[in-house]
Amino acid sequence: MRRSEKKRIAFFDFACCEGCQLAVLELEETLLDLLSHTDIAAWREVMTGDEPPYDVAFCEGSICTRADEERLLRVRRDAKILVALGTCAAIGCHNNLRNRIDTREALEKVYGKAARGMDVTEARPVSAVVDTDYRILGCPVSLPEFIAVFKAILTDQPYRLPNEPVCVECKLTDTLCVYEKGRVCLGPLTRCGCGAICTRFGDVCHGCRGLVDEANLAAMPRVFSREHLHAIMGAVASGQPLDEERIRQMIALYNNYPELKIEDRGDA
Amino acid sequence: MHKNKRIEVKHLTRVEGHGNLTAIIRDGRLKEARFDIDEAPRLFEVFLCGHDYNQVVHMASRICGICAVSHRCAAIKASEAAFGVLVSERIRLLRRLAFHGEVISSHVLHLFFLVAPDMFGVPSVFHLPPEHKDTVRKAMRLKRAALEICRTTAGRHIHPVGMEVGGFSFNPLPRTLAELRGAVEGAVEDLQALVPIFRRHSWPDFQRKTAYVSLKSPKSYAFYEGELYSSRHGSMPVEDYRRTISEYTVPGSTAKHAVIDGASYMVGALARFNNNYEQLSNAARRVADEIGLSAPCTNPFMIPAAQLAETAHCLDESLHLIDRLIEPEISRQDPSVPVHPVKANGVGAVEAPRGTLFHDYTFDERGTCTEANLVIPTAQNLASLHADMQAFIPQVIEEPEEVLGHRLEILTRAYDPCISCSTHVIRLD
Ligand code: SF4
Ligand code: SF4
Ligand code: SF4
Repeated sequence: MRRSEKKRIAFFDFACCEGCQLAVLELEETLLDLLSHTDIAAWREVMTGDEPPYDVAFCEGSICTRADEERLLRVRRDAKILVALGTCAAIGCHNNLRNRIDTREALEKVYGKAARGMDVTEARPVSAVVDTDYRILGCPVSLPEFIAVFKAILTDQPYRLPNEPVCVECKLTDTLCVYEKGRVCLGPLTRCGCGAICTRFGDVCHGCRGLVDEANLAAMPRVFSREHLHAIMGAVASGQPLDEERIRQMIALYNNYPELKIEDRGDA
Repeated sequence: MHKNKRIEVKHLTRVEGHGNLTAIIRDGRLKEARFDIDEAPRLFEVFLCGHDYNQVVHMASRICGICAVSHRCAAIKASEAAFGVLVSERIRLLRRLAFHGEVISSHVLHLFFLVAPDMFGVPSVFHLPPEHKDTVRKAMRLKRAALEICRTTAGRHIHPVGMEVGGFSFNPLPRTLAELRGAVEGAVEDLQALVPIFRRHSWPDFQRKTAYVSLKSPKSYAFYEGELYSSRHGSMPVEDYRRTISEYTVPGSTAKHAVIDGASYMVGALARFNNNYEQLSNAARRVADEIGLSAPCTNPFMIPAAQLAETAHCLDESLHLIDRLIEPEISRQDPSVPVHPVKANGVGAVEAPRGTLFHDYTFDERGTCTEANLVIPTAQNLASLHADMQAFIPQVIEEPEEVLGHRLEILTRAYDPCISCSTHVIRLD
């Protein structure tokens, strides 16, 4: 590739833990390889300078202020391709849980009168504010998916998110189902692509990659009821009773931005 | 003569999160100097409430990608303190090992990716001249070893899995730990090769005494456990942070500032180095000597130097922890103990890479969080950074705006501020 043909890429972070960018940096030599096919136009976390326009803008985090929103709209105007990097940007992560409380009131308690002028809006995923061309899921992003999307972009190909539940990856990796240990797991509802990293370490899936398309939420409370689990697994789920409210609360750790319809959560 | 100067850096680069730097000089005198956090409050403390302790520790690591293990451990320790859970030596050792992985990873990221470009006068680590490609490779290998430590003890670094209240949901095999030892040994060599870069570096000369605050433990150079210690106020139980540290809001900034007895104080690598120097490994002390760092050091520009010494210490200590974990007596111990929630309050304090971190939760009898309070290193350091700016600017006030601005950027970056953390947490009084 001649230098002039290299794609100009940029990374932008909005309100979040920046874990997705940091995860990308963990790719090390693979990242250097990928970057060698591009020119970096902006990456505030690791670089001084910003030179729009961009061919590809990776956007991480949630939009929580008017200033964020303006910055994102500016990036959208300047970018041919915009990628939602990670669950915060693509679906919504814990940040959005604050939409349930009266943020203004909470802020006034902390800052008194100064809160009035404060620039705070509803917390939204990037994908709820602008059109995204690709979405990479996970909290943090799944690195194999990041590489796949990066390559797809370099070669002008589309990328389709997998649409099987995490359970499939448990089976592929010979992982003991955590229900056997009497724990409640959201894997049956959650889009795979993480290699079942949590369940492989005996943890439960909290649903960070969002729901699979057409997840049957209505059936969940029945399927995950204590009695049903007991019947199929012979193990009793410990902890709090699994009523519908509890299951919805578990799902809402990540799948919590109401304006996104379930069928919107998936493909780019 | 230009007696009026105005320095404004919006969204300072190569730091975690968004912050703006401002300094105003009028008639040759410093009017104002500040570093303001420019992110909306995330109100984690509000929405953690209503979630059970397992969800709380899961969510707590999402406060910050770079110190995910620290937040997770602080949340776990607070829950265990509330429920009266006593963990085994194996659990303690595994957590300490995970901690060292995080500290190495965070320090290496800061030193080589965020600070080094300033030392070489380039915009980013990707722009280093070709003769330094090997430096970048070595730094990356060092970081990889740190990630291997985290992978072995917490599934991954961002965000840990299987690290729970009561222990671990998995149990690393002795074979895996032995393999890890090999990776860490390689990293010790890589670090040795990287130290000379910092030996040649001349740190800006500036001194300001302040109170240094960290955990302190008779057992080890404290990261995971210890009492709260201030070089001015002595030792106290961690629960006493409530009446010792006062936080206040600052107009124009969404992060709170913190003071003890009305005065700013410093937390983080340099504070730990000053407070716990005697417990550093020999190799770490040699690194400190080599780069001209000695305790007590009152130059905040040398925070990265303290991070380098700590990196050497954490590598040594990791080898030691791995050896302990492989011992048959420790290997046999369970990686988890039962947890029975009770209605209670608990405080967990750890040394995150950037300084002392407090998580403080109240749970109901089912283990659902009803109240949360978090005190974050960067918020504690903001008042200290401001005091440093006030003292430093008069020394360099004659410099042109550009040079002055660049010096302030370097000072701010030295503190390794983590804005993601500081705005995630705002206490509701
Ligand atoms: S998706 Fe998760 S890891 Fe990524 S920025 Fe958001 S909170 Fe952090
Ligand atoms: S552990 Fe969770 S994701 Fe894996 S098979 Fe069981 S329910 Fe499915
Ligand atoms: S197992 Fe579930 S929570 Fe864990 S990474 Fe995969 S989707 Fe996310």
